[in-house]
Amino acid sequence: MPSPVYIAAVLATVFAVDLGLRALPFAFLKPLRESAAVNALSLWMPAGLLLILAMSTFAPLVGLGSGAGTGVGSSDIAKAFIALGVTVGVHLSCGRRTLLSVGLGTAAYVALVNVV
Amino acid sequence: MIPLGMAFGLLVIQAGLPGWIAPALSLAAFAGSAELLLVGMIATAAPLAGIALTAFLINFRHVFYAVSFPLHLVRNPFLKAYSLYALTDEAYALTASSPGKWTQSRLLTLQASYNVYWVGGGVLGVLLGGLMPGPIKGLDFALTALFVTLALDAARSKREIPSVLLAAGAFAIAVLLVPGSALFVGLVLFVAFLAVRYLVGKARSYRA
Repeated sequence: MPSPVYIAAVLATVFAVDLGLRALPFAFLKPLRESAAVNALSLWMPAGLLLILAMSTFAPLVGLGSGAGTGVGSSDIAKAFIALGVTVGVHLSCGRRTLLSVGLGTAAYVALVNVV
Repeated sequence: MIPLGMAFGLLVIQAGLPGWIAPALSLAAFAGSAELLLVGMIATAAPLAGIALTAFLINFRHVFYAVSFPLHLVRNPFLKAYSLYALTDEAYALTASSPGKWTQSRLLTLQASYNVYWVGGGVLGVLLGGLMPGPIKGLDFALTALFVTLALDAARSKREIPSVLLAAGAFAIAVLLVPGSALFVGLVLFVAFLAVRYLVGKARSYRA
């Protein structure tokens, strides 16, 4: 169990890094707001950015990315894709209710990795 | 947000850490994906430099949120600082998916309720974890599922196809070439691709 001093240092580090990343860009924003390039980027960014986040959290489950080579077998890969299919299927067929899609997708994955 | 927070709280207990770490980390970072990763790092007492670097890489995407997030609506400096602190993926995704309908009070209510849900969910998860006989494998899929649904919601029109393809390409290249920091490199490549897309479009419109 890590020491309270270490944990306090972790909390302070994470707080400073996260707040800095959120706050600093706003300091350079005024000239950027009027720029056509920045406006185009802000329109194009969200869908791709969220896709990258989805892929980066999915990749370790199928043995890619930072989890590469940590003993992910073909049945683990199949389980991850099934749970992904459940998430996408529920989301598109049940009216895009995020809570329901995330809940059922996660339940499917937990059931698959623990029971099957 | 509550179920994901609960998954996070459960993970803290499963990693053998004291329960108060969940709300403390949620308040300090307020960034779901980074927190889930940090649980494992804290449990193994990873060096602070590594933790700082991980937090930086995972949350680097927040740099891009500034471009369209309607922070200018918030006038009071203290509330502005809070709004900055609470600029999460979810708050950004909601404002980006329905721009123009925000006011100061709507924005802050949204952010404060996310904050309460996230911290509260974590505490619920800690309590639940105390009742469980053992760890549950696979709960962290909640984070993947969340980003998948958010991506599906953001990519609803045909207009989004080029960005989605460029993002998929950027991440595929990153995950194959630099698997250790695929997220960071993927994001940088994606922004570079979009910059090229912008310049090509501009060159075409000059010619036309």
